[in-house]
Amino acid sequence: MSVRHALLGLLSEGPKYGLRLREEFEAGTGEVWPLNIGQVYTTLQRLERDGLIESDGDDERDSPQKRFKITAEGADELAAWLRTPPDMSSPPRDELVIKVLVALRVPGTDVREVIQAHRRYLVELMQQWTRIKDADGGRDLALGLAVDAELFRLDAVVRWLDAADGRISRAEVEPPAAARDDLPRLKHKTGVTR
Amino acid sequence: MLELRQVSKVYGRGAAEVNALRDVSLEVDAGSMVAVMGPSGSGKSTLLTIAGSLEEPTSGQVLVAGQDLAGMSRNDKARLRRQSIGYVFQDFNLLPGLTAAENVALPLELDGITARRAREAGLSALDALGLADRASSYPDQLSGGERQRVAIARAVVGERHLLLADEPSGALDSANGEAVLRMIRAACKQGVAAVVVTHDAQLASWADRVVFIRDGRIVDQTAPAPGPESLLGQER
Repeated sequence: MSVRHALLGLLSEGPKYGLRLREEFEAGTGEVWPLNIGQVYTTLQRLERDGLIESDGDDERDSPQKRFKITAEGADELAAWLRTPPDMSSPPRDELVIKVLVALRVPGTDVREVIQAHRRYLVELMQQWTRIKDADGGRDLALGLAVDAELFRLDAVVRWLDAADGRISRAEVEPPAAARDDLPRLKHKTGVTR
Repeated sequence: MLELRQVSKVYGRGAAEVNALRDVSLEVDAGSMVAVMGPSGSGKSTLLTIAGSLEEPTSGQVLVAGQDLAGMSRNDKARLRRQSIGYVFQDFNLLPGLTAAENVALPLELDGITARRAREAGLSALDALGLADRASSYPDQLSGGERQRVAIARAVVGERHLLLADEPSGALDSANGEAVLRMIRAACKQGVAAVVVTHDAQLASWADRVVFIRDGRIVDQTAPAPGPESLLGQER
């Protein structure tokens, strides 16, 4: 995640000391994304170097004791970042999809049992996140938002598994026509032989 | 609180025979919430109606609070349903001619409790769900989320021990759906055993245990929960 822009966001509220920024950063992400504390101070140094923030303390002092404020350039950068969609157009190669595709071809493997093993794991993870949300009782807004993001992401994967399950069941009853040569195929890297 | 022992349910005969449930065994303790997750047609709704004594199994045993349903008369079963079991269905099943408070109080009144005491219990159940000011409204004057909360109030009013819910957050948006699940969890903290059937993983994730059903059989279940530290402690 972008520590850089999260810090700019905190500074958009007004000038703050380094130590306070660190505390607010931790609280603001609901402690869901722990990060290396050193990252906050090194990022502040880089932001200052790039002219996006400035400090009014003397140069000898450490970042925790310096007071930082956002510059006009920093405010522009923050506004632009908030409105720039993250790159979701080309998904990373999905290991789970590959496992299911490979399972289809391994003789004697029950694909649906493979799917169920992954489904169970995902639901167990979702139970853990939901417990965090339940224990908080809806008080911490940042935590609720961050946990929801995880839950929706995992939920999407479970839905894909459900859809795959259904598609495979239908294919067993009614085998699809033979694959055409001009369609994308599994890469050799997956170790699948035809 | 609820125990199913090798329960099977067959509908139809011969070529039209459908095995809705096959050898299903399930135990739900007081104070715990179990989600039964599976695709449509997997038998999960049949499991719920059999657990709630609304339907009889073809074979196997169903015990509610230690009592075997097979040995009970129709009257005894009706009493058990009124006194011990609360149902929440997707379509809420509220009676349109009764106010929210009257809907909630109805099972108690049917059970012979005086109208005044039933009404008091109904009002306090509505109050607990933040609906005190809607007590005199009729179902068609309530929003979907409010109707669902009234249905939950009706399901938990009195001394219920078992709460059975079929897609309880069905048509609700995620905020209202979450409110419904928080209410079911609150009922469990009071000692109620809850069974929720759903195809929705987010809903199922509120349960202490998730049981996966497929083609009428329980095929898998989640492991007991590790603590939340396992998610919050890791560095990325």
